[in-house]
Amino acid sequence: MSESTSTNTPKPSSSVKLVLLGEAAVGKSSLVLRFVNNDFQENKEPTIGAAFLTQKCSLPTRTIKFEIWDTAGQERFASLAPMYYRNAQAALVVYDVTKPSSLTKAKHWVAELQRQASPGIVIALVGNKLDLTNDGNEASGEPQADGEQQPPAATADGDDAAGEPQEEQDATPGDARKVSTREASSYADEEGLLFFETSAKTGVNVVEVFTAIANAIPESSLKSGRGAGAGTGQTTLGGGRPAEDSRVNLGDRSTATAKEGCAC
Amino acid sequence: MDSEIKNQLQDSLGGNDDSKDDITCSSKSSPTMAASSVRERSTSPEGPPPPLPPRPNTLNLLDEGASSSRTLRQSTQSALQSRATTAVSLTDIASHDGGKESYPARGLPGTLRAKASLSHLASPRGSDTADSASVKSSVPQTDFGEVENVFSDFVATESGPMQHDSTGLLQFPEFQADDVDDDFTEEFEPVGDVGDEGENEVLENWKSKRKHYLILSAAGKPIWTRHGDGGLISTYIGVIQTIISFYEDSQDRLNSFTAGDTKFVIVAKGPLYLVAISRILESETQLKLQLEALYMQILSTLTLPSLTHLFSVRPSTDLKRPLQGSETLLSTLADSFTKGSPSTLLSALECLKIRKAHRQTINNALLKTRTNSLLYGLVVAGGRLVSVVRPRKHSLHPGDLQLIFNMVFEAEAVKAGGGESWIPVCLPGFNSSGYLYMYVSFVDLREDAGNVADDTATKEESVAVILISTDKERFFELQEMRNSFIEQLEKDGSLKIMKEAIDKGRPKTTDIVPGTVLHHFLYKSRGNVQFTMSSYEPDFSSVSRRRRLMSTYNNLHASIHSKHAHVRVHHCVSQSSTSLAWVTPVFQLYCVAGPNANRNALAHSASKIVQWVQQEEERLFIIGGAVF
Ligand SMILES: Nc1nc2c(ncn2[C@@H]2O[C@H](COP(=O)(O)OP(=O)(O)OP(=O)(O)O)[C@@H](O)[C@H]2O)c(=O)[nH]1
Ligand SMILES: [Mg+2]
Repeated sequence: MSESTSTNTPKPSSSVKLVLLGEAAVGKSSLVLRFVNNDFQENKEPTIGAAFLTQKCSLPTRTIKFEIWDTAGQERFASLAPMYYRNAQAALVVYDVTKPSSLTKAKHWVAELQRQASPGIVIALVGNKLDLTNDGNEASGEPQADGEQQPPAATADGDDAAGEPQEEQDATPGDARKVSTREASSYADEEGLLFFETSAKTGVNVVEVFTAIANAIPESSLKSGRGAGAGTGQTTLGGGRPAEDSRVNLGDRSTATAKEGCAC
Repeated sequence: MDSEIKNQLQDSLGGNDDSKDDITCSSKSSPTMAASSVRERSTSPEGPPPPLPPRPNTLNLLDEGASSSRTLRQSTQSALQSRATTAVSLTDIASHDGGKESYPARGLPGTLRAKASLSHLASPRGSDTADSASVKSSVPQTDFGEVENVFSDFVATESGPMQHDSTGLLQFPEFQADDVDDDFTEEFEPVGDVGDEGENEVLENWKSKRKHYLILSAAGKPIWTRHGDGGLISTYIGVIQTIISFYEDSQDRLNSFTAGDTKFVIVAKGPLYLVAISRILESETQLKLQLEALYMQILSTLTLPSLTHLFSVRPSTDLKRPLQGSETLLSTLADSFTKGSPSTLLSALECLKIRKAHRQTINNALLKTRTNSLLYGLVVAGGRLVSVVRPRKHSLHPGDLQLIFNMVFEAEAVKAGGGESWIPVCLPGFNSSGYLYMYVSFVDLREDAGNVADDTATKEESVAVILISTDKERFFELQEMRNSFIEQLEKDGSLKIMKEAIDKGRPKTTDIVPGTVLHHFLYKSRGNVQFTMSSYEPDFSSVSRRRRLMSTYNNLHASIHSKHAHVRVHHCVSQSSTSLAWVTPVFQLYCVAGPNANRNALAHSASKIVQWVQQEEERLFIIGGAVF
């Protein structure tokens, strides 16, 4: 995508706390790795605990600095999750399009977030491993969702929206899809979630997810300009830490990652 | 000093080859002899050696930590890889370390009886009788001659001075010709999927492994296995469980048995059985230590109370699920043992060699930037400790550090994640009943400044800052500490110093003693619970050569610890190497030279090494560390 690459004028920047949740091995870390390093690893080890990463994303009007918590999907870490989503402004709830149980788990996460996270949290439901389906094989241009549910930045430059989203188990040879686009997207609709199908492997839709989230964060919760703000509840992982500038210098990975077409 | 040491050593070595008191020239018998000797000597491979000379007691400090884990200590602590760390925590060095290294008799009756009743297993391979078949079939069967080689030297060596068969000298296969053993890396390849390759092939792959680790529940459920999965080997699990419980039922505990060239070692820990099956040159004690470390890893994932709870609620609990995701930690730990780990063998840690003043500067930076919630802070360069900060009343345990290093440097999970990690971890040596929270970030030294490392840094050159807190909410506080700490290091030039030290690598033996016959050495400072060693280059750079070097060390280590108390020097000549172990209350030195090295030259070099270490002591080892 081409958010203006304008490096000329310093845009206002704000930080967004984002958390990734989802069943083990659905590809949370891989999505983050794609977004932050534009890289993919075939055999990624399960995350232990959680990893914290940052990445900038440039919108036309402002720069968003994502502060990302990539959590471990394994059951035994589940009790730590509240710590990570408590102050999050956005959440990526990930499932694996080849694994129905992972959608069920995703729904649990969505319910938990709606109950316990901050009220204004922006949630995106993400079906990953699109490359394992037929839609994923045929280039990214293929529309994978029924037309208009597509969030703003999705690759919905579709030819005809009638691109018959496969019915439930249309086991086409080579198609490992087990969760239909329609099922997930209508659920996302009901719950008011952003919805994407992605492939961390090919990169399809990955940047788009983050951009859509950045766009969906209400201006009001970004107001705090230099990133200090947004945090409300203090004394928690998300809060009680000093303003951004005390952390920029060394942890800043922007040099390493300011590459690649994505304006992020 | 030089001559003093040298004399001492020369004295010990004695002038003549017959003084068996202090010198043991273990000659090697031929493979056939070794095989047939299994039965004869079957009762004494690990005879209870007498305790080592007493240690200086002045080092006994600082282990008030975690009194809540006291009971655990009794059981698991004695199991930890080693006692205290570094000066960092000279926990009960004398008692613990001594306890461990004196290898108290462990369940000998059990061992004896096991050996007796299973002795048919130890008989030559021909015995394919029906009743032994099931057990025997679990003995990996690869190329006959090669296997025979790997183990005959083990057997022969352990029988030590009892077999003075000079013809054996010609047969010592310890360092085989290069081409023989270089497929050792295959040891770590997956065995494959039954679905893809067919069961037989997968089983063949499985059997070809020289080393197996199995963990099963007392109820016989497979929990983890290094190679293959529970389904593939369920029959073997069944056999093993039957054998173990047979002894358990008769109030006897099966510790180990030998079948042909294969050693089986069993450790029972609460509801778990841990089993090692090895065709590598390792002693029972060494294998036990490895199994105990694997058990520590399980505790580190689950904590002891939750492990106990799971099984008390339901003895048939399937532990695979709670352990999910930590299998790779077990595997990397197991593989480091199979490859050969000096740290595990010696139960000691290695430090990065830097000047005392430089280390002091780093310690000070840690102290200066320390935040309130910090429990332990560590700077580690590729598994070598650079600096440590800790509270005065809490020590750090080498077994715990081993788990941390394994997680941070060997397993990819943390490192490949990029960014910073926040990991709940139970450090059983500290307190087995709860979690601590560990902040980990890598520092990339290559662009001379504190950028976060990218994943192309090799293990040796990656530097991690590890900050541990008891409070799970303190990530950002520790992140901040890390940032100001690195800033401080950058300012005072410490990063540059660390980078230089890492680039320099370990010294070659010839750097220390020009022209020496020595190819490699390990030196353990017993008081500091730390060791130092020479570079693996150029002689031992490949995995298989390193494995063989470690086998030599295992052998030396086992020999010197299983002999009579007054044996301080063990000299071992083989077709492919000459090696020497030298043990005093202060240090243990193990060194290896080429096959025909002259004994005096060896002794001379050994004393030079000791002299060098003593000169460099404050650079090689962390003495004191930063305490608050
Ligand atoms: N084909 C395909 N494989 C993927 C994709 N994303 C991730 N994977 C693979 O799926 C496995 C799990 O990916 P991870 O990113 O570790 O999954 P995770 O959700 O972070 O897992 P936990 O950390 O255990 O919660 C890895 O082997 C990845 O290589 C994808 O888009 N396509
Ligand atoms: Mg992950």
